[in-house]
Amino acid sequence: MNNAKFNRLKDKAFKYTGIIASISGIVVLAIFIGFVIYMGVQRLSWDFIVQLPSRFAEESGIYTAWMGTVWIMVFTTLISFPLGVGAGIYLEEYAPENRWSKFLEINISNLASVPSIIYGLLGLGVFVRMMQMGNSILAGALTLSLLILPIIIVSTREAIKAVPSSIRDASNALGASKWQTIWHQILPASFGGILTGVILALSRAIGETAPLIVVGALVYVPFAPQNPLDEFTVLPVQIYNWVSRPQEEFIINAAAAIIVLLGITFIMNGIAVYLRNKWQSKMEW
Amino acid sequence: MDSETTSQQPKTSQVETKPKLNPNNRSFKLQAENIDVFYDDFQAIKDISLDIVENSITAFIGPSGCGKSTFLRLFNRMNDNIDGFHMNGKILIDNKNIYDESIKVEELRKKVGMVFQKPNPFPKSIYENVAYGLRIQGVKDEEFIENRVIESLKQATLYSEIEDNLDKQALSLSGGQQQRLCIARALAVKPSVLLMDEPTSALDPISSGKIEDLIHELKKEFTIVIVTHNMQQAARVSDNTAFLYMGNLVEYGDTQKIFTNPEKDRTQNYITGRFG
Ligand SMILES: Nc1ncnc2c1ncn2[C@@H]1O[C@H](COP(=O)(O)OP(=O)(O)O)[C@@H](O)[C@H]1O
Ligand SMILES: [Mg+2]
Repeated sequence: MNNAKFNRLKDKAFKYTGIIASISGIVVLAIFIGFVIYMGVQRLSWDFIVQLPSRFAEESGIYTAWMGTVWIMVFTTLISFPLGVGAGIYLEEYAPENRWSKFLEINISNLASVPSIIYGLLGLGVFVRMMQMGNSILAGALTLSLLILPIIIVSTREAIKAVPSSIRDASNALGASKWQTIWHQILPASFGGILTGVILALSRAIGETAPLIVVGALVYVPFAPQNPLDEFTVLPVQIYNWVSRPQEEFIINAAAAIIVLLGITFIMNGIAVYLRNKWQSKMEW
Repeated sequence: MDSETTSQQPKTSQVETKPKLNPNNRSFKLQAENIDVFYDDFQAIKDISLDIVENSITAFIGPSGCGKSTFLRLFNRMNDNIDGFHMNGKILIDNKNIYDESIKVEELRKKVGMVFQKPNPFPKSIYENVAYGLRIQGVKDEEFIENRVIESLKQATLYSEIEDNLDKQALSLSGGQQQRLCIARALAVKPSVLLMDEPTSALDPISSGKIEDLIHELKKEFTIVIVTHNMQQAARVSDNTAFLYMGNLVEYGDTQKIFTNPEKDRTQNYITGRFG
């Protein structure tokens, strides 16, 4: 067999390995989703969404859980968006280039890969105990904010880096101050990318269970939260609780709740993709 | 601004001959005094001094990498943010050292406009591109802004082509139109100096021709310094020409003279295309 033939064979082998790898991923996911829908769809109903949890599976709803999720997500966004984008702007535009900023940069990237349970322990130690917030929405949102801050910071920096330097030059040459250039040119041009990063980070936060269990999300909350210092549960914790029950009915409830959670995540990702496309088509250089 | 220096002789350190750069006793608008520029250890400009009179067009020519852009960017301090940049010497505009601590860079750049090699309009409407300079100065009077936008677009000979489409996305214009828009944008803040770094090198000959005509027109109001790769362009548009080579100012003088009867062999070789 000559060399060219062998290369072509390698090419083919690689191609089919690739196809098999992607298909198996998609197939497993499809089976999983299909199974969940098959199990849970019978239980989906308006009552399921608006009912409080109960000892009886058939009367149990996810009202407190998704309300908790909404509260947590709203506060996580309010905290992590300004902090993360602000830090990203600072690091990209203002931080002096020295060993200290390099060190910071590497560590922020590393933080993005720290297991989420560690953030839960940090939240428990700092927010719940030291700052005495208790098992509150605020403590949970702060913990999740810590968890997703690195992702937001990194994606903000990437989005800013993608703005061509010619735009910056043009603005500077007209006598704009540094902040004017950032505010009027850099941020609008990178906003699609920043927003995409933020939404993807939030859709990671929405599925987190472990850190919230550590900071004390309760498995049974009889009332929807009224203020940020209230106790709470969230959808993933509710699901975790239900799947650990022996009764078949609760498993079905869990499947139905998973459908709702998946739906929310898909919608968030869809919004991210939509925003990215919208901004990209507006920003053709 | 003041004309204290009108009697001063042009300074041309590397050049033995002292060409008559100041025929009508006009004042010097721009003066470079013993400029050295470094990028870290690398010296990009070597002890250059040169004076430029008001309302004239001066061309910087020379092979790639000889320091034309670096030298040009000294006049609006666009090198300041480059890593490793440092310099010796003085740049005077209207007899004031613009590297003095009392000078605010933002204020300087309102007086000294710049046009870049590649057209770089903002991804905004045509109108907002031209209005930008005024907006960042805090001008709120929309009628004033609109008048200035139209005036600048007319001055840049673009208005007649786009007058019904001021809200159109600037990036949808042709390359030549984009470059004239960039010129209009620079004119809108009423600078007195215009720096142009190879403004036509990304354009087709017809668009380039329009911009050359425009530069000629603008000379009445502005002191223009243009970097160009194109010998014919330098010969066509400029009053004076400076030839740079490896960071040195080899020759500086009347364009006519530089192109017909240069003092230095090196200049001769370059303009006749024997190197570079
Ligand atoms: N930002 C920079 N950092 C380091 N060296 C630079 C930088 N910009 C330009 N130089 C160097 O300085 C010299 C002059 O560059 P430049 O002014 O761009 O030349 P020209 O415009 O005549 O082509 C070149 O040798 C170039 O490599
Ligand atoms: Mg150049």
